[in-house]
Amino acid sequence: MQVHQQVSEYSDAIDLMVNMGPQHPSTHGVFRLVIWVDGERIVKVEPHIGYLHRGSEKICESEQYSQIVTLFDRLDYVGNLNNELAFCLAVEKLTETVVPERAEYIRVILCELNRIASHMLFYGVYGLDAGATTPMLYGFRERERVQELFESVTGARMMHNYIRIGGVKEDVPDDFDENVLVLLDHLKRGIDECDRLLSQNEMFLARTKGVGIITGEDALDYGVTGPALRASGVIEDVRVTDPYSIYSRFDFGIPVGSNGDCWDRYYVRVEEMRESIKIVEQAISDIPNGDISAKVRRIIRPPVGEVFVRTESPRGDLGVFLVSDGSDKPYRVKVRPPSFANLQALEYMLKDTYIADAVLVLGSIDIIMGEVDR
Amino acid sequence: MNMPEIVGLFFKASLLLFFILMVVLILTLAERKALARIQQRKGPNRVGFKGILQPFADALKLLTKEDILPASANKQIFWIAPLAVFLPGFLIWVTIPLAKEVVLANLDMGLFYITAISVLSVMGLLMAGWGSANKWAMIGGLRAAGQLISYEIPFIMAILAIGILAQSFNLKEIVDDQARWPFAIKQPLGLFIFLTAGLAELGRTPFDIHHAESEVVGGPFVEYSGAHWSVFYLAEYMNTFTIAVLTVLLFLGGWQSPVLPFSGIVQTVASLSWFLIKTALVIWVIFWIRGTYPRVRIDQLMSFGWKILVPASFINIFLTASVLYYALPHWVITVVSLGFLGVTFYFIKKGSLAGHKQNTVTIINSSDIRAQLSNRAEV
Repeated sequence: MQVHQQVSEYSDAIDLMVNMGPQHPSTHGVFRLVIWVDGERIVKVEPHIGYLHRGSEKICESEQYSQIVTLFDRLDYVGNLNNELAFCLAVEKLTETVVPERAEYIRVILCELNRIASHMLFYGVYGLDAGATTPMLYGFRERERVQELFESVTGARMMHNYIRIGGVKEDVPDDFDENVLVLLDHLKRGIDECDRLLSQNEMFLARTKGVGIITGEDALDYGVTGPALRASGVIEDVRVTDPYSIYSRFDFGIPVGSNGDCWDRYYVRVEEMRESIKIVEQAISDIPNGDISAKVRRIIRPPVGEVFVRTESPRGDLGVFLVSDGSDKPYRVKVRPPSFANLQALEYMLKDTYIADAVLVLGSIDIIMGEVDR
Repeated sequence: MNMPEIVGLFFKASLLLFFILMVVLILTLAERKALARIQQRKGPNRVGFKGILQPFADALKLLTKEDILPASANKQIFWIAPLAVFLPGFLIWVTIPLAKEVVLANLDMGLFYITAISVLSVMGLLMAGWGSANKWAMIGGLRAAGQLISYEIPFIMAILAIGILAQSFNLKEIVDDQARWPFAIKQPLGLFIFLTAGLAELGRTPFDIHHAESEVVGGPFVEYSGAHWSVFYLAEYMNTFTIAVLTVLLFLGGWQSPVLPFSGIVQTVASLSWFLIKTALVIWVIFWIRGTYPRVRIDQLMSFGWKILVPASFINIFLTASVLYYALPHWVITVVSLGFLGVTFYFIKKGSLAGHKQNTVTIINSSDIRAQLSNRAEV
């Protein structure tokens, strides 16, 4: 057995170096975490990324604007619609396109449902990380309902390519409103059920309370955003603090934690699903009729300039920086993925924890490797 | 010992092995079906009618799989480990009675024998962990050793309290002693300690930390495949059955039933079925726990074992012994035991929060934030 020759801070023993990933059941993709352990205690961690690097940003430079939407689908492949929206907003800001009301409402409804689906995936996988098998089935059941609705609207379950520059691809089906209302009904009950199953379970509390704490200040310094930041008590949600699309019209709550531990990060997401339902309810009640897309040229040539757009993806602050040189292809596309920034704080959160905590802390950040590596 | 006796014993042992194998096959299917029911899915339903042949398909698949030996593994230790886990578990069965007459050898020190043998399987897990030459397996093996040795103490203490109550270590006599009241009613605290420590001994949820898939990728078993892997799982399910049977024998009155107007062989069969029904109930509880609970962490497991279960088991013994010594009525044990059970649960609940508040997430309305933001902008 190979033993890493590093003397522990805590004792005279030599630490054992173990590889968690890239082939490990709980690294959520191809993430590699090298950890040095002294018995069960973690002495040092070293995250390695890049196993899923596809050069998306570079590929964007050789595609026309309308073709890039599909590439954004493949960044955060759990919150696809939110990613499409971020890119489309950037191009619309650059070209000063006004999106029709109906399209805006459809976008918001689908994005919020996407957020619920993404958090449901998180919920299920987090239960599995903690060692409970049932939450995964419950979470995926709820996610499946949302996916079914997406399929009826966009025709695809994952890579939707539905939100387009200037609007959406096509109008929603006739029974969309009823379907959404039925779905919301199911989801409300489903979320309560999931909440009852795991949130207050003694063992789950014991595993997550006080584990992987990060203070609000440090979280901000690390560039942590989204639920992980709000769990540390910082009120920062792009939908409210820097509203985009039509989010300023809706009234909803922002769940904020106070400890910044794994349980807070987990529960902020559970509460966020409930708040997303409120947004969808308001949106579906006053969705207007009308066009679903602005008049956009087939080949878009934005004026020379640059633009930065930030949106609130399920994982946090998703930013898109776009530079146009006036041609039909962007000069530079830079994505600021929330998972990537959140992952930086992993080393900080894993201070003085156990091997078993590493899994839970990593899970609570809710990384998607497609977005981290791009 | 003459030849016919040896042949007879060999025959009995083979029969026992066959019985255990059948039970394990049924248990694997039962667990998958039970979990499926909890998780709102169908479970295996393709092989045979409603999937009842699934265990055979699984066994066939496992036996025909390639046995992989890791290049740097310690060959002897690696191959012997599954047997070292399986054999102690099987040897326990020598003295376990399934009905009044159905037992291989009714030892007077039966319980003593069981506690002595069951601890041996730790070595097999350590061997598997070491022999695999895999760091995760090694961590898993060490976890298993720590866990099994710690929980051996409350486990044995709970058994000891039963021995005191029944004034015997003979399993048959213990069951006979429960003709009127099963010991579960007399010692609820003992039952809780026994089942919890038993789950930890088994390494089942919520104490499955030594082969936790999401942490140590299967622990000591990570490098095993095929038939050798299946021997580990055979041992695990057999031990599950053993713990359930022991719970029934020690706490739920074994084959004692309310009314059985039969005699002879019919009575044996009837009491055997009664016994198996009780066992099935205990097993269902074990599956149920698996379907609902997450896993504990190793330090929490240790502190739970040493700070809660061990003191509780000493209290249990002290209580039982003093009630018997001062010849007080037995319901005194029940009442005090229930009180202590409540105290134990209180400490578990308190310990799980570790000084934190239960709900730390508050919801702030978006309009409040917007108002604040616009105020700030005006300033």
